[in-house]
Amino acid sequence: MSDHEHKYGIVRSGFASTNPEDPDNHPPTAEERELREYPLDIAAANAKAKSGTGKQYWRSIEELAGDPHFEDLLHREFPRAASEWDESVDRRGFLKLLGASMALAGMAGCGRPPEQHIVPYVKQPDGLILGKPQQYATVMPFGADAVGVLVESHEGRPTKIEGNPDHPSSLGATDAFAQAAILDLYDPDRAKTPTEAGDIRTWAMFQQAAQDLATAQKSVNGAGMRILTGTITSPVLAAQIEYVLKFFPQAKWHQWEPAISDGAREGAKLAFGRYVNTVCRVEKANVILSLDADFMANGPGHTRYMKDFYKRRNLTGPNDEMNRLYAVEPTPSVTGSAADHRLPLRASEIELFARAIAAKLDLGGSATLSKDAERFADAVAKDLQKNRGASLVVAGEQQSAEVHALAHVINAALGNAGATVYYTEPVEANPVNHAESLHELAADIHKSKVDLLLILGGNPVYDAPRDWAFSEFEQKLKKVHTVVHVSSHYNETSEFSRWHIPETHFLETWGDARAFDGTYSVIQPLIAPLYQARSAFEVLAAFTDKPGVTSYDALREHVKTVLGAGDAEKNWRKSLNDGLVAGTALAPLPVSAKFSPASLPPAKAHNADEFEFIFRPDPTIYDGRFANNGWLQELAKPITKITWDNAALVSPVTAQKLGIGRTIASRGGEHGQVRSSVVDIELSNGKVSAAAWVVPGQADGVVVLPLGYGRKNAGETGTNKGFNAYAVRGSNALWATTGGKVTVTNDEYPIACTQFHHNVEGRKIVSSASLEEYKKNPNFAHEKDETPPNGLTLYQNFEELGYYKHYKWAMAIDLTKCNGCNACVVACQSENNIPVVGKDQVMRGREMHWIRIDRYYESGLETEKDDDSEIPALANPPTYFQPVPCQQCENAPCEQVCPVGATTHSAEGLNDMVYNRCIGTRYCSNNCPYKVRRFNFLRFQDWETPSLKLMRNPEVTVRSRGVMEKCTYCVQRINNVRIESEKDNGGVGREIRDGEIVTACEQACPSEAIVFGNANDPNSRVSKLREKVNPRAYNMLGELNARPRTTYLGAVRNLNSDLEKA
Amino acid sequence: MSEGPVNSPEIRRLPRVLEPGYNYASVTDKIASIVLTRPVSLGWLAGFTLSFTILMVLLGSIAWLIIKGVGIWGINIPIGWGFAIVNFVWWIGIGHAGTLISAILFLLNQQWRTSINRFAEAMTLFAVACAAVFPGIHVGRPWMAFYMFPYPSTMGVWPQFRSPLIWDVFAVSTYGTVSALFWFVGLIPDLATLRDRATNKAAQIIYGMLAMGWRGSARHWHRYQSAYLLLAGLATPLVLSVHTVVSFDFAVGIVPGWHTTIFPPYFVAGAIYSGFAMVLTIAIPLRKAYGLEDFITMRHLENMAKVMLATGLIVAYGYFMEFFLALYSGNKFDVFLVQQRLHGPYSGYYFALILCNILTPQLLWFQKVRTNVAALFVMSLVINLGMWLERFVIVVISLTRDFVPGAWGRYQPTFWDYSTFIGTMGLFVSLLFLFVRGLPAISIAEMRELVAHTSEEHE
Repeated sequence: MSDHEHKYGIVRSGFASTNPEDPDNHPPTAEERELREYPLDIAAANAKAKSGTGKQYWRSIEELAGDPHFEDLLHREFPRAASEWDESVDRRGFLKLLGASMALAGMAGCGRPPEQHIVPYVKQPDGLILGKPQQYATVMPFGADAVGVLVESHEGRPTKIEGNPDHPSSLGATDAFAQAAILDLYDPDRAKTPTEAGDIRTWAMFQQAAQDLATAQKSVNGAGMRILTGTITSPVLAAQIEYVLKFFPQAKWHQWEPAISDGAREGAKLAFGRYVNTVCRVEKANVILSLDADFMANGPGHTRYMKDFYKRRNLTGPNDEMNRLYAVEPTPSVTGSAADHRLPLRASEIELFARAIAAKLDLGGSATLSKDAERFADAVAKDLQKNRGASLVVAGEQQSAEVHALAHVINAALGNAGATVYYTEPVEANPVNHAESLHELAADIHKSKVDLLLILGGNPVYDAPRDWAFSEFEQKLKKVHTVVHVSSHYNETSEFSRWHIPETHFLETWGDARAFDGTYSVIQPLIAPLYQARSAFEVLAAFTDKPGVTSYDALREHVKTVLGAGDAEKNWRKSLNDGLVAGTALAPLPVSAKFSPASLPPAKAHNADEFEFIFRPDPTIYDGRFANNGWLQELAKPITKITWDNAALVSPVTAQKLGIGRTIASRGGEHGQVRSSVVDIELSNGKVSAAAWVVPGQADGVVVLPLGYGRKNAGETGTNKGFNAYAVRGSNALWATTGGKVTVTNDEYPIACTQFHHNVEGRKIVSSASLEEYKKNPNFAHEKDETPPNGLTLYQNFEELGYYKHYKWAMAIDLTKCNGCNACVVACQSENNIPVVGKDQVMRGREMHWIRIDRYYESGLETEKDDDSEIPALANPPTYFQPVPCQQCENAPCEQVCPVGATTHSAEGLNDMVYNRCIGTRYCSNNCPYKVRRFNFLRFQDWETPSLKLMRNPEVTVRSRGVMEKCTYCVQRINNVRIESEKDNGGVGREIRDGEIVTACEQACPSEAIVFGNANDPNSRVSKLREKVNPRAYNMLGELNARPRTTYLGAVRNLNSDLEKA
Repeated sequence: MSEGPVNSPEIRRLPRVLEPGYNYASVTDKIASIVLTRPVSLGWLAGFTLSFTILMVLLGSIAWLIIKGVGIWGINIPIGWGFAIVNFVWWIGIGHAGTLISAILFLLNQQWRTSINRFAEAMTLFAVACAAVFPGIHVGRPWMAFYMFPYPSTMGVWPQFRSPLIWDVFAVSTYGTVSALFWFVGLIPDLATLRDRATNKAAQIIYGMLAMGWRGSARHWHRYQSAYLLLAGLATPLVLSVHTVVSFDFAVGIVPGWHTTIFPPYFVAGAIYSGFAMVLTIAIPLRKAYGLEDFITMRHLENMAKVMLATGLIVAYGYFMEFFLALYSGNKFDVFLVQQRLHGPYSGYYFALILCNILTPQLLWFQKVRTNVAALFVMSLVINLGMWLERFVIVVISLTRDFVPGAWGRYQPTFWDYSTFIGTMGLFVSLLFLFVRGLPAISIAEMRELVAHTSEEHE
């Protein structure tokens, strides 16, 4: 690597370089090209085959034909060794060899020596200390957003993704997708080389082919050329597409993003007459109404919004105020479950509700609602009125343009525009109506107008709407002369493409993207592409007159325009360091809503008996792009707690009406396998069989079909999981429709569900109160505690033994702030090398997550039955989420029963697991009241796949079978900080500062619900959240006298007294 | 016959512990011939082949377990212990009867124990052997199971002595050792008899070595009697301690359904209960197959039935107290457990257990039942099943629904759970088959003493 690179800290691995100056990036040599440059001589081969005497064995037709080029290639396949042994070996020589091979046999285990010269760090790169991870800022492009991340790199291997505190889209937090992106990088199923019709090709061969195709297209001005992309927020890539379009004036650019609705775009057009980007300032709103908007888990800026939302829910004492969230939605979402008041409405009724709110705010129009909804709308409208300029109405991603327009109008009328919400130029490079765009493309293909189709990312064969002109998209693609597909995996679409080019992961490439507020962010690679992958940019470049141009060059060129004046080099380095260019957020646009709710046509009457089918991106695998990500597959969905599958979700009443049954299997059962009725769904001329799943709190008559499953070619992990909702998704009903049929079959389908039981059975597990109750009785969470006095133990108290003198680690989890978003679960999995066990093992109750999120419904009823017989109570139950990591008990039941002392108490109060000592009696797990221990029943960890080895955190032991494991409070992070603190002050050392140690779950949590620190320090954040200081603090199952170090803060909901039930 | 006190109606009503008409020689002949002169019968061969095959199933299952890991079983989180521990406790429980009969009844001078103590002890040893299979293999890393022993490790690490599992290691290994010693000491005079009677050179040498130079001198007898008495004294507390310690595995844990002080006596009673049931299960076919009805008389069977009835009632009391204390304490977890036992997803097992362990043995109040061999045999099987269910209910079902509802689970054994369990039966029965043919199943020496008593009776 050149000095140039070290100086800027751009590429820091001993692996390889993405720098164009690097000798590895040379243009293809003659040797690489020659494999295919000579035509096959079939006749010669036949002749030779006939002429031979006796049996011949041949490896390929070329060899048979005695093709000199092939023989040359064969000879050079092992270039260094092939020519050496041409003299025959005599007896003496043979014996010598024999002896030598015996002597050297042991060295065979050392593996094949690397071909390249390896050079130790004679000159150590700046800032790199071997064994010390480094962090680099980059962004993860995701939909119409770019999530700012910091990536931890161990000697050139990116191992962990964290949020970038400087980046507006994350502010240091992440969601589960960003956490899991690291596994996508190392996914062993990624496409590894360019292929043409399934045969391996070199990049140079593709470049050649691209040039040929470009020449052909050039002659018709690109009339037969089409480009299909997802949503693009990358200015560099957009500029490149524009360049291609300029080069081929008649070529067209189409966009299709299956999980992002056109509602927001068209709603803006309806309200403002143009496309705008809506940015919320959630932290400024006192009252928020979500119109089916899962703004904390879905859509641009969701991580940031979640963070902002919970900034207003910091309850340090009973005098603090909270914001209030109302949610109307057809099916419980992360956001809706966290709402103070939630009303289940059919998707089609959301618009009615929005109209009613508008009408109540005297904006015109009218709507009739059911009695409950009317009451709800009254209260909401009153509350919104009371908080003019400090309220916010958010319309859901999947909602129609009308709902978005209504939200804009209501916000404008309430004076929220410019206060809690503002509008900017679109972040997308080229906002279009995706459905129309794809339709147009399909029509052109149908008319055989398309000769060359470049699909940059995406998987339209899988995720395009089924009816309409797309019904036979596969057939259509065959009509296209050449399809070039760029994607990370060889997927359903790749099968129909002539060329498939592996796409680089965002950690392997240079690039840029705009965040939800328009902030220009730089993508810098942390590692050279693991395989022969190229970015979409480079694939496009191959078709232009500048085929060699790299994303790096283009990025440097573009950044100049963004950075403006000043020391270009310095600014560039700063933007790399920050991961963004400061001050590039788009300015608010002075738009005003020119839309009157009264102008809306009268609402369509809907038949309440008809089933309404709605499509939703899956909470963990999104639109299917993460289907091969084992972490996300095994991640229990926030509400249903299903893993590895999707299911048709129905409300308890609908389920009862349909006669949907469920059996808790005796294996795993409540924490594992649940067998559910299979329903046949006929919709949009398609039919699909899906497992049904009952979801309390869902609107009656609504069937939710989560997208993203049923992949036919996703890779080892994701293929043939769940059912394919795209198969019944029509273009005229992308998000919600009626007119389908549901038939319950007699079949059952096993679902891997990590938590079936949803009732706390009156136990002291989750404490909750309304804000009013909390103000009246701040001690609600622990007043009924029966915690025995300290020291009530047979054995000597650890404190008396001199433990906990220095540091006393503790964690506090605020249940007011948890909405079950799952970021912590994946963060923990990534940090701690936690294996994925697969559906079968999850069904046996053996998933390995060190932190789980329990979801409980407050039904007011205690049930002993196994079925959901209390349906009325479950129509719309308040939902609580409780993250449960190891409670690190001071009086730990696990420690006392381990026969070999493999789980012991540290002087700082951690329950340490000694994997080497553990023999796996599982007694500790039996005796753990919180059931947070995880056992390696089989060898769950993958010890073979090379790419996965790169991914692992070198600071955490990779466990093998037969040992127990559990949350360690990220002890490796504690010790890293400890070492630093002890070295500090010129070796004198100092106390570890509060907030210096951040556990993986804490770091990922967007709502800052998890706080870790030293409980001995009265000023630490965690101390202020612990018993006797914060009135809401309580111990889970405190009466057991386990004295957990992980404490909880009771959940508080800010209820509106108008809506509170009598 | 004179009308002496021994012939009083009360005494006569009791069936005899040895049928009349035997002298020293005939007793010796009868018992020793099973080992020495009887040809290998087809039945024995068939039985042994079958049990040996089942033993091979055990070995196969263990091999697969070591290759794959304990995940081949049905255990999970939260149910960390499944069949392996259930079987362990069950077998250990069965292993109680032998020592109880040999030691405690010996100390209490109960003559009727004589003809059954030898094979009851053998059964104890074999049951302990079956039980001992499990602690070793049920752990996740069986090759590291030796960490549980207090050996001077170079790393200076000792077992964690607060753990009941370590107490178990000591209790079970002590019990196994003392039972083996007790059994072997009791065998010495008989081994000498076999040595003297054997016609086969190999048998003479083997029995000769095992007899350790026994010549039957008065001094030998004297020493023998004291040693036997001492060992009986030593073994007696062990009968109580082993299952007490085994019960600590649960009672010390905090799991509702485990954490209760009634466990030690209740487990010991249950152990004796199942042990006697197992003795009956073996004695009844044995006396039939080898024509030992004169030695293992109806008196024996009836006495064992009475012991079962008594211990069964203690067990029933245990069940009752478990419920009573749960309800009386008002501890919500315990109350919930009671509800779960009765109405939970596994309530069927609980009711089956009540039927097997409490209701069925009530028939033993009737002498007609107690003296009906077939009924006793069936009942012994039912009680064995019931006691297995009891351990299943305690170990497994308590774990399915403990403290945190979000973590509740279910348990279903797999093929390998069953094959391992049934495999240990193969081990048990194989050892019994070998024992019956290799050693005197009834103590010859002690039977000779009985001959003296019975002849007195007839005078």
